[in-house]
Amino acid sequence: MAELTAKQRMEIPRNEMPAQDAKVRAGNYLEVALGYSEETARAEAERCLQCKKPKCVEGCPVGVRIPQFIKALREGDMAQAVAEMKIKNNLPAICGRVCPQENQCEGQCIVGKKGQPVAVGRLERFVGDYELQHRTCPLTKAAPTGKKVAVVGTGPAGLTCAVDIAREGHKVTMFESLHTPGGVLVYGIPEFRLPKGVVFGEIDYATQCLGIDIRTDYVIGRTLTLKDILEEYDAVFLGTGAGLPMFMRIPGINLNGVMSANEFLTRVNLMKGYMFPEYDTPVKIGKKVAVIGAGNVAMDSARCAYRLQAMQAKEGEKHEVHIVYRRSMEEVPARGEEVHHAEEEGVIFDLLTNPVEVIDDGKGNVKAMRCIRMELGEPDASGRRRPVEIKGSEFDMEVDTVIVALGTSPNPLVFVDADGLERTKHGTTVANLETGRTTKPKVWAGGDIVTGAATVISAMGAGKRAAADMHAFLSGNGTW
Amino acid sequence: MADTAAATGYKIVQKETLSDVTKLMVIEAPQVAKKAQAGQFIIIRIDERGERVPLTIADYDKSAGTITLILQEVGKSTMQLGAMNVGDTVASFAGPLGHPTEIKNYGTVVCVGGGVGIAPIYPIARSLKEAGNYVVSIIGARNKSLLFWEEKMKAVSDELHVCTDDGSHGRKCLVTDPLKELLESKRRDVAHIWAIGPAIMMKFVALATKPFNAPTTVSLNSIMIDGTGMCGGCRVPLTEGAQFVCVDGPEFDGHKVDWNSLMSRLQFYKPEEQAAVEAYKHKCNLDIAAEKGGA
Ligand SMILES: Cc1cc2nc3c(=O)[nH]c(=O)nc-3n(C[C@H](O)[C@H](O)[C@H](O)COP(=O)(O)OP(=O)(O)OC[C@H]3O[C@@H](n4cnc5c(N)ncnc54)[C@H](O)[C@@H]3O)c2cc1C
Ligand SMILES: Cc1cc2nc3c(=O)[nH]c(=O)nc-3n(C[C@H](O)[C@H](O)[C@H](O)COP(=O)(O)OP(=O)(O)OC[C@H]3O[C@@H](n4cnc5c(N)ncnc54)[C@H](O)[C@@H]3O)c2cc1C
Ligand code: SF4
Ligand code: SF4
Ligand code: FES
Repeated sequence: MAELTAKQRMEIPRNEMPAQDAKVRAGNYLEVALGYSEETARAEAERCLQCKKPKCVEGCPVGVRIPQFIKALREGDMAQAVAEMKIKNNLPAICGRVCPQENQCEGQCIVGKKGQPVAVGRLERFVGDYELQHRTCPLTKAAPTGKKVAVVGTGPAGLTCAVDIAREGHKVTMFESLHTPGGVLVYGIPEFRLPKGVVFGEIDYATQCLGIDIRTDYVIGRTLTLKDILEEYDAVFLGTGAGLPMFMRIPGINLNGVMSANEFLTRVNLMKGYMFPEYDTPVKIGKKVAVIGAGNVAMDSARCAYRLQAMQAKEGEKHEVHIVYRRSMEEVPARGEEVHHAEEEGVIFDLLTNPVEVIDDGKGNVKAMRCIRMELGEPDASGRRRPVEIKGSEFDMEVDTVIVALGTSPNPLVFVDADGLERTKHGTTVANLETGRTTKPKVWAGGDIVTGAATVISAMGAGKRAAADMHAFLSGNGTW
Repeated sequence: MADTAAATGYKIVQKETLSDVTKLMVIEAPQVAKKAQAGQFIIIRIDERGERVPLTIADYDKSAGTITLILQEVGKSTMQLGAMNVGDTVASFAGPLGHPTEIKNYGTVVCVGGGVGIAPIYPIARSLKEAGNYVVSIIGARNKSLLFWEEKMKAVSDELHVCTDDGSHGRKCLVTDPLKELLESKRRDVAHIWAIGPAIMMKFVALATKPFNAPTTVSLNSIMIDGTGMCGGCRVPLTEGAQFVCVDGPEFDGHKVDWNSLMSRLQFYKPEEQAAVEAYKHKCNLDIAAEKGGA
């Protein structure tokens, strides 16, 4: 193709992501977005203006070298595209799928100012998937340093830190309380959005190339404590996330049929409850489900619930899933694509609606949820307009299952026997955001344990920065 | 994934049949044995498709690196585990979880164990005895064939009362009867009571001790998934608000538990549990048929 002018590039329409048909996918757990073909990827890459001062990079929390990888992709040099990508991002196949691109890289893309932004995320996924299959960018490590590093938690923060620190020649052991590594990528985000094969492919490859030892079934704070670990290791990274679910303090919240999004998603994703009884863990879903909240966790819960219902429903049987959210569509915090997919699949949005009570059927089960209508008032501290109750607008919504997706805080177990490790009043760990250093010598932390529930890429960025500082510490004079 | 234990599994090194539906298993898990204390539990997962099943640490041997479990075969997972043999391995084994029992010299204490609850009450009674308490133990079961560890309990108790519902062994009564008699007689000043068994038994023990204001600790067996505070599925309403059994417990003040809520939550997955047992039995029959056909 001859070199195009900027004007010509801007005229190319953004390439749609091929997806499973909404009707079909609402009844299975297979991946929804199918990925670009090589042809489409290269066509999309042509839309990039190769900005000298790329805005997109400013929008990316880890500063992925976006114009460079897109250029290599456009020229058909996939190995180079992968190499450029991996300078900043170890896990492009994952980020390409789950980053909230509209608020980050794509949100800043110059092409997006007049039309649709360059589909950076989809291109990133294409590059990541290519690397998963071809492994053109082998992970190598420096000569052994003799230093031992422990990484607690195997989510994106821990995995990124472990890989980077192992590459410097330090011996890494990872500890994970569950029976499978991966953190939220495995127990939270569903198969249809992020296939587990992608996550395990990355974990296996990294552990094999770098000789990282992953010890599952190790609950830090119980099986071992931070104190025990510090006796044996030269440095520790805490990446235990924010897994403790919050429940609303409303009457009826402990009834049968009310569960946290974490419980529901863990039953479905980690334990494969949707394949019960071939898999042992059951998951119960009613005919009419209310999901409280509208973040990614709520969207995932709603879409999982809808699929489960469809798989269990008899011919012609009706079933519904509602998202109940106290603000309006504009404030919905979930990734744009997920909201769009949820709507397409048939999830109903009850906006400006807030639950006030869950109602008992007399036998301890959920019969209905009492809600009140809301309207938007003055902006609050978060800059969003504050929802206020409309007096007398209560109504009962008939439901048999309520899934609470209102946020999480760090799990306190890891803080057992961790004197000197300071925490905020929200339960998060105090850490330097640049270096990841906590208030306790030789202990770094990053990801949701520091920020509270955030994003995959921000957790990865924190893991990366901590690894860099940890390496400097381990190879320096050891001052804290 | 390079992991010593998870790659090879955790080995069953000893197995005993205690009653028709109760099995004892000793499993190698050195990292758990090292930290184990009375009152704590573990989460076991049999194989790649298995559920995460909480079981109390009935005993431990730190030097051998083993944990003793006692299981009652009530559903698919416990039946499958009960059918495994010495040398077999399970896929995961995490713990020790929950808070240990607070052991000290209280004076006179009562340890009540019902059914499979005799297993977890044993290490508590033993530790309390070692701490210098006068230990009154009361154990009970529906009938003689379900009762086990009478001798072991006797060895760590100053007094042992044995009850069966049908009178086939010991006294024909409920565990609450000798307990009430002891409290009413005031022959000893009872400082603390532990009760472990079916929810209904613990509920009635708590009701029995309430009028005497006798501190009563129960060990709750709510339905769990992760066992690490991540799902909230194990939550139980107490008078001061809901608590997570896996991280805040498993022991709680029996006078504060909302028993009806706990019991209703335990029933929630009944139809699914039934279906799992049917499917498991069907598969076992097919396996037996296939073996016969092949032979
Ligand atoms: C359902 C859901 C959907 C999401 N969707 C998106 C999305 O689309 N895009 C996006 O960017 N972000 C999304 N997020 C947020 C994102 O997944 C998290 O911000 C990110 O995973 C945090 O990474 P982390 O490594 O800090 O922690 P986690 O991923 O939470 O990993 C922590 C790990 O530590 C383990 N652990 C905890 N305590 C202990 C202990 N005591 N001992 C040993 N191990 C322990 C946990 O089992 C877990 O494996 C979503 C989150 C959820 C729950
Ligand atoms: C802290 C704790 C300690 C326990 N200690 C022991 C013990 O030492 N020995 C023993 O035999 N049992 C113990 N239990 C109970 C044991 O976990 C259940 O009997 C077991 O999960 C049943 O699994 P199943 O598939 O065989 O039966 P299912 O058919 O699944 O269930 C049978 C019954 O077990 C209960 N149950 C089901 N799933 C769970 C679950 N995930 N967690 C807890 N209960 C469940 C249900 O109330 C149900 O009525 C304990 C439970 C807890 C929470
Ligand atoms: S890591 Fe995420 S934000 Fe950064 S370029 Fe990739 S998709 Fe965009
Ligand atoms: S801002 Fe948009 S056009 Fe410019 S380099 Fe980034 S992706 Fe390409
Ligand atoms: S079992 Fe999940 S929080 Fe207790």
